[in-house]
Amino acid sequence: MIAELSKFKGFTVKNLPKDEPFAPGHRACQGCGEVLALRLAMKALGRDVIVASATGCMEIISSPFPHTSWRVPWIHIAFENAAAVASGVEAALKVLKRHKRFPKNKRVSVVAMAGDGGTADIGLQALSGALERGHDFLYICLDNEAYMNTGVQRSSATPYGAMTTTSPPGAKSFGQMTWKKNLPAIAVAHNIPYVATASPAFFLDLMNKVKKASLIKGPAYIHIFSPCPTGWGCKGEDSIKLARLAVDTKIFPLYEVIEGKYYITRKVVRPKPVEEYLKLQRRFRHLTPEHIEEIQRRVDAEYEKLLKLAEL
Amino acid sequence: MGKRVAMEVSIAIAEAVKLARAEVIAAYPITPQTHIVEHLSELVANGELDAEYVTVESEHSAISCCLGSVATGARTFTSTSSQGLALMHEILFIASALRLPVVMVVANRALSAPISIWNDHSDIMAQRDIGWIQTFAENGQEAVDLVLHAFRVAEDRNVMFPMIVNIDGFTLSHVIEPIVLPDQEDVDAFLPPFRPKYKLDPRKPISIGAVGVPEIYFEAKKAQDEAFKNSRRVILRAWKDFATRFGREYHPVETYRMEDAEVGLLIMGSLAETAMTAVDKMREEGKKVGLIRLRLWRPFPTKEFRKAVSGLPVLAVIDRALTPGASGGPVGTEVRSVLYHCARRPRVVNFVAGLGGRDVTVEDFEEMADRAFFYKKKRPKEAYELIGVRES
Ligand SMILES: Cc1ncc(C[n+]2csc(CCOP(=O)(O)OP(=O)(O)O)c2C)c(N)n1
Ligand code: SF4
Ligand SMILES: [Mg+2]
Repeated sequence: MIAELSKFKGFTVKNLPKDEPFAPGHRACQGCGEVLALRLAMKALGRDVIVASATGCMEIISSPFPHTSWRVPWIHIAFENAAAVASGVEAALKVLKRHKRFPKNKRVSVVAMAGDGGTADIGLQALSGALERGHDFLYICLDNEAYMNTGVQRSSATPYGAMTTTSPPGAKSFGQMTWKKNLPAIAVAHNIPYVATASPAFFLDLMNKVKKASLIKGPAYIHIFSPCPTGWGCKGEDSIKLARLAVDTKIFPLYEVIEGKYYITRKVVRPKPVEEYLKLQRRFRHLTPEHIEEIQRRVDAEYEKLLKLAEL
Repeated sequence: MGKRVAMEVSIAIAEAVKLARAEVIAAYPITPQTHIVEHLSELVANGELDAEYVTVESEHSAISCCLGSVATGARTFTSTSSQGLALMHEILFIASALRLPVVMVVANRALSAPISIWNDHSDIMAQRDIGWIQTFAENGQEAVDLVLHAFRVAEDRNVMFPMIVNIDGFTLSHVIEPIVLPDQEDVDAFLPPFRPKYKLDPRKPISIGAVGVPEIYFEAKKAQDEAFKNSRRVILRAWKDFATRFGREYHPVETYRMEDAEVGLLIMGSLAETAMTAVDKMREEGKKVGLIRLRLWRPFPTKEFRKAVSGLPVLAVIDRALTPGASGGPVGTEVRSVLYHCARRPRVVNFVAGLGGRDVTVEDFEEMADRAFFYKKKRPKEAYELIGVRES
């Protein structure tokens, strides 16, 4: 077990911090699951953090000058480089502490945040570099499964069959024709101490994972499932329901990978059919029963693989 | 006062960065910048420089990492060339707009294609509008001095702009020259530690990099522009202070034998040494030729430049970059517009020379001067002429 976690108690409904380092009043859409995930993550992290955000929904909705939702030090430089900016923050803190220009014993968590586009596509190189170099930082991917900020274009994290503005179904297309890129697995391949998936529907689990990740020395990666009513074509009030269904259908399993070892943090004993999840969203409305069967087979197979990994 | 020793200019630059006590260095190797960053890695590895050297995976990440670092309050350095500088392009504008004073040395090199590792100014001229303060060094000593000057100016609370010191790739970066490295205590006195007013610190949180809605974007750019123009004063003051402490004087514009000149050759960077030889030779032959060198490129030293060319009949501007389809090279068009409102302005003749490592020889300077004399009476037909290129 990792030494930094030996004293870790964990959040329960009884000891949740009241403080909101991410302030209300931001401009996210109603029912936005991404901003909820962000808020929960910040609640877990507290105030001793420095956050580097990538361009995307969360950056835009949180910082229209002269307003800001950030009660913690926050920087946004560009779309593809949150991990590189965070690398610089971390390097600076290290040297400033050595030079007695920053309190030596003050632990500051350095956190990089980006959407699925800023992580899986344009920012993948910067992320890989930062993970490989071993910076002491946490990278949070807020995955709403498309480029939402620019109007719902597909990313490599968009699920099979989903309709987006650049993966429209048509005579020769059924929407996104590729399978979702497995980002947590890519993070794991960097041999970093901590990787996890999380969902705002399981808020205690999410907060505990974020807290753990921030305590561990070295790079940590958390991939958070973030329902987006605007981009998915679902009701705002169904965000949490969908986040829960994604887990219960095995589409988005919750697990941790601690020092390379997989632990499933929420076992799905009686999985629901994927259709229950798909049918609540306009982005999947065009799918045929055959497509849905294909998705079901793939989801089952992927989950089996995950179970095997957890048995190792 | 330091000792004069022979050393490669790249090594001397790395030593200057060490003397400046840089705290974070993030860089990605590219010829001909490599010797600078290799030597810095060595200094850090040996414990001679107590800094974090971040071995980023690209120049885009190098500059992004530098911005994170400088925003957190650490003195930060990087260096690149050509393709690397082009890859940084997007972030360079953000550095100046967010007032994050990184110092960068650019070892100037041609841009691909054809791919070329050799010297010209096409890399930096493509970054003309990034809003960084930019200087050009003539020789190794000047490169060292300009690096120290850059930290001092960039980090000044009245400036807070990133700064580039340009050195010609190979022809300056890789030559061995006698160089005086100043003593540490003198550098410390010239260059106090970096203490920005605003930085990323949980004890006093701020937001950097907010969205600029149409109601505010223009005003933000205006403020940036005004602050940039005002940096002039600090640039000059720092050179003055440098001269007092180290005995070497620097000005935005240098002139050589311009007193009674009929033709002035305008250059930047290390071409100056050859150009001076050419001027001396032509002077012996009775030709009234002089030399002007721009040390400061951004902000453009309008006042000093106009003074340097006042009364001059013909100005020959030598560009080291092509801008296809434009009305001249980047320096040529700039200078023409700077002179437009002067009642007695020289005729401006624009040459493009020395692309992709092509030598610019004494003979080339003579040819340019001769053509310039010819154009004293006759307007040139073309917006610019190429020098030293084979006709077939
Ligand atoms: C270099 C660059 N390319 C493209 C863009 C345009 N752009 C801004 S945000 C964005 C999509 C963001 O998608 P994601 O990272 O998934 O975040 P989301 O908005 O979905 O939360 C794009 C394409 C940009 N800002 N910079
Ligand atoms: S588009 Fe989606 S992710 Fe973006 S703010 Fe709206 S609901 Fe949230
Ligand atoms: Mg997204």
